[in-house]
Amino acid sequence: MTDRIEQRINSLNKRLNSEKRFRIYCIGAMSFALAWVLILFLNIFSSGYSAFYRTVIQVDVPFLNLIEDTTQFSEMSSEDINNLSMYSFSKKAIYRLFPDIEEKKDKKMLIRLFSIEFEQEIREFLKSNKSNINETETIYLTASDDVDQVNKGNYPRDLDEDKRRIKDIQLLFFDDLVDRGLVSYEFNLPFLMRGDSREPELAGVGGSIVGSLFTILVVLILSFPIGIFAAIYLEEFAPKNKVTDFIEININNLAAVPSIVFGLLGLGIILNTFGLPRSTPLVGGIVLSLMTLPTIIIATRASLRAVPPSIREGALAVGATKMQAVMHHVVPVAMPGALTGTIIGLAQALGETAPLLLIGMVAFVVDVPQTPLDASASLPVQVYLWSESAERGYVEKTSATIMMLLGFLILMNLAAVLIRRKFETKW
Amino acid sequence: MKSIKIKADNLNVYYGEKQALFDVSMYMEEKQVTALIGPSGCGKSTFIRCLNRMNDVIDICKVQGKIEIDGNDIYAPDMQVEQLRERVGMVFQKPNPFPKSIFENVAYGPRIHGIAEHKSDLEEIVVTSLKKAALFDEVKDRLYDAGTGLSGGQQQRLCIARAISVNPDIILMDEPCSALDPIATARIEELMGDLKTEYTIIIVTHSMQQAARVSSRTGFFHLGKLVEVDKTETIFSNPSDQRTQDYITGRFG
Repeated sequence: MTDRIEQRINSLNKRLNSEKRFRIYCIGAMSFALAWVLILFLNIFSSGYSAFYRTVIQVDVPFLNLIEDTTQFSEMSSEDINNLSMYSFSKKAIYRLFPDIEEKKDKKMLIRLFSIEFEQEIREFLKSNKSNINETETIYLTASDDVDQVNKGNYPRDLDEDKRRIKDIQLLFFDDLVDRGLVSYEFNLPFLMRGDSREPELAGVGGSIVGSLFTILVVLILSFPIGIFAAIYLEEFAPKNKVTDFIEININNLAAVPSIVFGLLGLGIILNTFGLPRSTPLVGGIVLSLMTLPTIIIATRASLRAVPPSIREGALAVGATKMQAVMHHVVPVAMPGALTGTIIGLAQALGETAPLLLIGMVAFVVDVPQTPLDASASLPVQVYLWSESAERGYVEKTSATIMMLLGFLILMNLAAVLIRRKFETKW
Repeated sequence: MKSIKIKADNLNVYYGEKQALFDVSMYMEEKQVTALIGPSGCGKSTFIRCLNRMNDVIDICKVQGKIEIDGNDIYAPDMQVEQLRERVGMVFQKPNPFPKSIFENVAYGPRIHGIAEHKSDLEEIVVTSLKKAALFDEVKDRLYDAGTGLSGGQQQRLCIARAISVNPDIILMDEPCSALDPIATARIEELMGDLKTEYTIIIVTHSMQQAARVSSRTGFFHLGKLVEVDKTETIFSNPSDQRTQDYITGRFG
């Protein structure tokens, strides 16, 4: 008798131990996955956060040297200001930081502390404050990428002079400016507003954000209605026969087709046969729609299938037509699931790069696109473009762009979860 | 004898290769309760679903024979099934209110058929239907709450209200109490007693006591055949067929 009890206890302990081991495996697997995600995020964040602020250098600009009376600016149109010759005036304003410099070479070095567009920045300042310009105005000019990186501590100063882009004399200038309190940081708004640029300190993700948004908009407009209607037809109306089986199998196959194939399709048919404009969000959106459609159709069909048949019968039994039963009762219940599928499909499309490379959305585009018919980049393609550039400024901007992309993806997935929570039918 | 409302003549139903009903012929009287009993899978649900052509939904289902309601063949080519279902309402085994408000559940039928022209008409129909289904007093303060939040018995009465909202002649009930507790069942049975003054009711039930309590005529189905149909008292006291005798005395089924 006691033997049997002992045996039972032994066997029970064995089972409990194996359960404990199993749990440890599971927790281990989860921690491993989580650790990698964390490392990824930390890595991207630590190298990307500095792109969100930028170095500016304070320069006193004596506008009186440009014009006899600064109140005259208020009477000038923007065009007049654009026609003003300001290049040497701007340079002189910068030279005033170090009035003792005589040599032309050193002056050139001083100018190179600033972004190449310093003249343009002074002009913009003048344009937006023209009614209110004093004899001398303090303007914060964008520092060049090298200075920016030195200031952020990303640049090894102890390299030999001929191995670095920033020269000793520039470092001297820079340190002196820092001591005089003329160097400061500010939030990098231009990074979010501007398009791409050959100068790292001037390059922005604004163009690719707008490009991505236009692309996603096109995807949404095309694939949401087509996907929903196709799913409703297949699930609710199509006769169950070999043809619909064949269609179903092929939709599932389509979901597994590598995305670059869709890019080739876009190149061959949409660009070359239909002649739609190259590099545009419209074409990108069409190609990504093809990729997103199967996801939406599969998700929508699954949520339609999950609606209990009794609801359809209930509607039919009061004399609703098939379409009324489906549209009034089945589709509303299935909608949260369909929307979730759509958002997940859109998120996939947002992060997709390969097909966009083939249809030319990899072009260097300086202007922020105004319509889906303008040439543009997109966020993932921007990451690809900048990751190939050598300048340090692009390194942090690559990571910052990835952060923006991840941010959008997280927002979209959050929206999917919230929609499901809010509109899910409770039985 | 009452006038005949529904008449089925040599009805054969097939699901693909399998025959579910064999030569069923019976009639149902107007404003009476007719009960259909029989063991599971005997075809009584198939039969009742032929009366409002709910079987049309099933692709492989094929119906042969004739069903006449008020002398009109409901399987005639010019019969519109939506119109038929407006006249022949149905209550299902499991309460299946729409996942919408109580009001919307009842208002749906009148709305799609364009019965109510104004909102006030619609409200009146909803209130009347809920009253007829003996549910109004329980839900009058929460007409705009979800219909799915009601108890099982209330949900089933809501489905009855939904069925009578389009003012049908006939109400089909497919085991309406099988998912309900005895108290809810008693309420539904009581309700059927009230409803039969206005509607012809056909009820499929597993409970022979229920059939005996609510119906005036009872049909007994077995293996797809209508074994016997007669006055309820006759079926339960003096059946003419041995199989009926065996079933009602509990020897099988």
